[in-house]
Amino acid sequence: MGHAAIAEHDQHHHVEHSYTGIPNKKVLMWAFLASDCMFFGTLISTYIIYHGKSLVGPYPVEVLSIPVTTASSFVLLMSSLFMALAVAAVNRKDIGQTRLWIFATAFFGLIFLGFQSFEFTEFFHRGVTLQKNLFGSTFYTMTGTHGLHVAIGVLWLFSWFVYSYFGDISDKAVDIESTGLYWHFVDIVWIVIFTVIYLVEFVGIGG
Amino acid sequence: MATSADVIGVASPAHGHSDTDRELGVLGPRPVAKTGLWSWLTTVDHKRIGILYGLSALFFLVVGGVEALLVRLQLAAPNLSVLPADIYNQMFTMHATTMIFLAIMPLSSAFFNYLVPLMIGARDVAFPRLNAFSLWVFWAGAALLNVSWLTGSAPNASWVGYANITSKQFNPGLSADYWVMGLLVLGVASVAASLNFFVTIINMRAPGMTLMRLPVFVWMTFITNILILLAFPPITIALIQLMMDRMFGANFFNVAAGGLVILWQHWFWIFGHPEVYILILPAMGVVSEILPTFSRKPLFGYPLIVFSGAFIGFMGFAVWSHHMFTTGMGVIATLAFSITTSIIAVPTGVKIFNWIGTMWGGHIRFATPMLYATGFIAMFTIGGFSGVMHSAAAADAQQHDTYFVVAHFHYVLIGGTLMALLGGLAYWFPKITGRMMNEAFGKVAFWTIMIGFNVTFFPMHILGLNGMPRRIYTYSGDMGWNFWNLVCTIGAFVLAFGLLFFFINMAMGLKKGAIAGDDPWDARTLEWSIPSPPPEYNFAAIPTVTHLDDFWHSKITGKPKPQYDGHPIHMPAASYYPMVVGIGMFVWAMGMIYKDAPGGFLIAGAGMLALIFGVYGWALEGPGGYHVDPSKESGAHN
Ligand SMILES: [Cu+2]
Repeated sequence: MGHAAIAEHDQHHHVEHSYTGIPNKKVLMWAFLASDCMFFGTLISTYIIYHGKSLVGPYPVEVLSIPVTTASSFVLLMSSLFMALAVAAVNRKDIGQTRLWIFATAFFGLIFLGFQSFEFTEFFHRGVTLQKNLFGSTFYTMTGTHGLHVAIGVLWLFSWFVYSYFGDISDKAVDIESTGLYWHFVDIVWIVIFTVIYLVEFVGIGG
Repeated sequence: MATSADVIGVASPAHGHSDTDRELGVLGPRPVAKTGLWSWLTTVDHKRIGILYGLSALFFLVVGGVEALLVRLQLAAPNLSVLPADIYNQMFTMHATTMIFLAIMPLSSAFFNYLVPLMIGARDVAFPRLNAFSLWVFWAGAALLNVSWLTGSAPNASWVGYANITSKQFNPGLSADYWVMGLLVLGVASVAASLNFFVTIINMRAPGMTLMRLPVFVWMTFITNILILLAFPPITIALIQLMMDRMFGANFFNVAAGGLVILWQHWFWIFGHPEVYILILPAMGVVSEILPTFSRKPLFGYPLIVFSGAFIGFMGFAVWSHHMFTTGMGVIATLAFSITTSIIAVPTGVKIFNWIGTMWGGHIRFATPMLYATGFIAMFTIGGFSGVMHSAAAADAQQHDTYFVVAHFHYVLIGGTLMALLGGLAYWFPKITGRMMNEAFGKVAFWTIMIGFNVTFFPMHILGLNGMPRRIYTYSGDMGWNFWNLVCTIGAFVLAFGLLFFFINMAMGLKKGAIAGDDPWDARTLEWSIPSPPPEYNFAAIPTVTHLDDFWHSKITGKPKPQYDGHPIHMPAASYYPMVVGIGMFVWAMGMIYKDAPGGFLIAGAGMLALIFGVYGWALEGPGGYHVDPSKESGAHN
């Protein structure tokens, strides 16, 4: 049977053609993330170029809080662990575990967004606005873009969560792996932002 | 005509093995029309999408061309006022924006769409609905840029939109907002399309189609799409920063708050220089297909041409500041960018010699496509020479912002890209329509274009060296520029007539051209091994590739044609959702432009909701599909 059976299967279930053997959706996601690197590269470069160029305060060193952001960074890193567990579960076709870890990932993503809105509100009250100075413009645009990425990821994950009750999620391992790639990437970008914006500010090499 | 196609709808229980019933399909039935307007608006067929891209691009070529003629009329003689000065600013800004983003790029895209799957032996692109999405978002962006004319505030700050000519303070009104939103939306379309072609070329190749057996056009498409993926983000972020400044009062380019206007130039040219390779590499690919066919020889130095293309793409990111030699970057930066710019001329020269080498000793037929290909080499070489002149920073300081630069990039973009793409149209017209264009009339059109082009743009070198600046509204009669300006304007109309002849020839060919057959040019690549026009599934039997120029090889060695194995072919189903998402994006962008008007934010919100609805509908309906049996097709497989 072998070959003929596979061909038969191909015809009726349209197993996608892949020259490299890597699923199309994963190649798509990797290529998108390469492109997204350039998006964040431009945003982070702008922040660095404008660092120390604000003509009026508040300046970053006056408002940035390492403890709070360390906590939110930890939450986001944990969500990456949950995401990895969800991908492992869906590859085992374990629907219950997949559902659980997807929910946990999304929930921790939400907590991170909560931290971020707390931080934005706090900064706003201390006079950091988009219009106030270059720090405000660059900070909100960059972290806002990152937050938007997290929000889209949370929405995507919750959609999978809801889908798992109506459709066959065990069939969607490749799709969920793609979501996972996206989620890990967004986390890694946050590590860069946390280092460049928060940590370097207090190490004193940020100029 | 897929008369025997059994179209599987969502509600069809008879086909338990279709994809559709494994998806939720909760958001209504899928479009099933096979002919008529709706079948085109909902199509996911790469060939139809390619044709739609092509027709849109030719439409905007005419629009941008009329804008250019108006600019030339204004400059025909000193002290004219054919157009009011502010309309003149809008006219040259929209001429450039239209030609680059709405004519040349989508015309290249049309070739990507139509040809790449055929050339690699695939039945469609990797993501057919994403392809339709790109088309719809492109239309949304094109509409945004052009509806601005109706409001009297078309973009007016030139295609480079330097800060702070675009700031709220110096550019009140909505011109810059239309420009920002239009380009943002077009960027989404380009990136989505590039993702699709990247995956398609990596994963959808027929068995045996290794990377070094890819037709050069596919290679250049691949490199171009990587450039789009990496170069569009910087401009997108710069546009977002400008949008934040204009719409929400941020300070990115606000000098009063310490912002640096030079930063815009850097972001713009980090995109802008790769963009010129995005415009030229597909054209180089087209020429690399035409030359071997009409020289009856393999492409000379195939690997060199491929690696030169890749090297050009790579170096394209290391030369951007040659657009900024007069900004006072300092000696080191000026020197560095001078050197990298000189270096990039080397792989370009390598390609030119390889093309000449391809023709050398060949059995050359000067059919219309070949005229365009050789015209490309000659004209592109002139444009390349003046480009190398710009790499010398001291000389560039003299030429900067003069008509010399205008001459240079029109030689590269019209003499280079457009010449090659017109040749590509003439070359693949028989494949796309099944009919031939008239050769004699085609040659008349070619020579009219060639003469008109040179009469228009060669004198601009002289005008530029005589100090005539770009983008000026008018000039005084005693500058010594009168004669050549008049010549340029006359040439522009000759060029316009040439293009008109080309279009008339296309229309006539479509109506009553001779039947082309599968392989009218005795060509080399896989698309010529299937009927003209190709059936919707492209290949009844997926070919197995064993050589570079496999089709040519099989014609010589008599390698048997692959035989259809009798299994029905799975085709992706059409979809409404790419259209929903595209329209949603248009409405959102319009709402953002008018966010300060009553209801503006509501409109933006409604557009965003439509977009989100479209995305969910898209995800939930799934790729879907139906089966086609080529052996029952009426006359498609012969
Ligand atoms: Cu350049």
